[in-house]
Amino acid sequence: MTENVYIVGAGIHPFGRTEERSGREQGVFAVRQALADAGLEWADMECAYGGSAAAGNADIMVNELGLTSLPFTNVANGCATGGSALVAAQQAIASGMYDLALAVGFDKHPRGAFNAKPSDYGLPEWYGQTGMMLTTQFFALKIQRYMQLHGISRESLGRVAEKAFRNGTVTPHAWRRSEIDLETIMNAPMINDPLTKYMFCAPAEGGVALILASEKKARELGALNNNGAAKIANIAVRTRPPDSFEVFQAGVSIKEGGKPTVLASKAAFEGAGIGPDDIDVAQLQDTESGAEIMHMAENGFCKDGEQEEWLANGWSNRDGKLPINTDGGCLACGEPVGASGLRQVYENVEQLRGRAGERQVAGPDGSGPKTGYSHVYGAPGLSAVAILER
Amino acid sequence: MAQKIDPELWSDDAQPHLMGGKLPSGEIVFPMPQGDAGRDVEPYKLSRQGTLWSWTTQGFLPKEPYEGPGSGPGEGPPDFQQFLLGYVELPGEVIVESRIVDATLEDLKLNMPMEFCVVPFNTTHDTFAFRPIGAQKEQAA
Repeated sequence: MTENVYIVGAGIHPFGRTEERSGREQGVFAVRQALADAGLEWADMECAYGGSAAAGNADIMVNELGLTSLPFTNVANGCATGGSALVAAQQAIASGMYDLALAVGFDKHPRGAFNAKPSDYGLPEWYGQTGMMLTTQFFALKIQRYMQLHGISRESLGRVAEKAFRNGTVTPHAWRRSEIDLETIMNAPMINDPLTKYMFCAPAEGGVALILASEKKARELGALNNNGAAKIANIAVRTRPPDSFEVFQAGVSIKEGGKPTVLASKAAFEGAGIGPDDIDVAQLQDTESGAEIMHMAENGFCKDGEQEEWLANGWSNRDGKLPINTDGGCLACGEPVGASGLRQVYENVEQLRGRAGERQVAGPDGSGPKTGYSHVYGAPGLSAVAILER
Repeated sequence: MAQKIDPELWSDDAQPHLMGGKLPSGEIVFPMPQGDAGRDVEPYKLSRQGTLWSWTTQGFLPKEPYEGPGSGPGEGPPDFQQFLLGYVELPGEVIVESRIVDATLEDLKLNMPMEFCVVPFNTTHDTFAFRPIGAQKEQAA
């Protein structure tokens, strides 16, 4: 049995740095906003799934939200924590067991976070000792080869970041709210060639909550009228296949293997019964500028190398043929790991419901986007794709 | 001569080889798997020559567990020495991640021939690296 599942409430705590609130308090903030958005009380929630990578367990939130005895499952799945919480909530309703479910993700990372221990990843100590266990290096090594093979210019890397900061200026939940011009981005200190400081996202803080409902409950709430809900057309999560090239790999197979993003994307499109040409707005993992470029192709929106033309012509701008990362993505919002994947879905929910304010995209016929695509990628090689429609 | 950063990372031959592993399927992997994962894996001397698959710079001091210049007591970012790193494809074997020495960023080109070498890492340890073939002669001259 598979019931249709709708997102009827969406809440977000602004990303960035909020000294006075813990990560979990930012999650609670987002839950309260989502409840208000859906016209529900905490006591109405039938089950909850959530977590963080570095800010503690989600189920403690009941202390603040209310001791209603609901089943609350902690999710700890690294970069896919938010995505996995969403999948669990979606399945809880699709199975017919529940009519209302919460998915919540939050995080609070110390400044300059993400230092990894080799043994946690099954790697020998020398890999860390000699300075090769840095996520930023992986992204630089992947885009460097991609640029050589597919003719992507350094300027295109800069244009992705320029677009992200421009979109951040009109996004209340973004961390970076001012524009940075292309020249400044290109001339900023080099982190790992070809990626400069402004081409990388930074660890941050934030929280996102989404309330999912069955069709029956969504109708009861009146959310099926007046653009009150977004339907989950499909969600797919995939871990890495054999011979792939991922973060923290001292050795890579000479056979060119598959990619988790390609697998997740294909599965989600098949499940939704639509293709890349049918998508009106997309949020793609942009840990750094090169990631957005490569993920455009890995998710099927263009062929390898065509991104050069896309970026030169502004096709992924808010007024382009496929707006990408309309809220500034990770580059402008930062990356609180547990919340980041849900932020992408939040942004699509707002865009589909026509509530994205200054950053609202027009959609193909001017009446707003009808389909939204989100894609999160993280260590050690996993991708989650969610396709929404209205 | 300084100690090896890992005693089993490369062979002790006059012409040392980086050590990988050969799986029962015949596939070559790097590094040699440890513990139970290495039970049916034969140590395998990797080729000393390959081609450059990708590369980047390391422009800032890595955090722990980095033990290179800049990480010691009383040291900091000013003591850090930038380095190059990349992936080298060893034909028919595996693509290995490595430091790159005896080259500048501008020298590096996709698919250029590279060779294995052992280089000083910090005051106590050596590590492995690859360098463009021909670079050694220029430096020795």
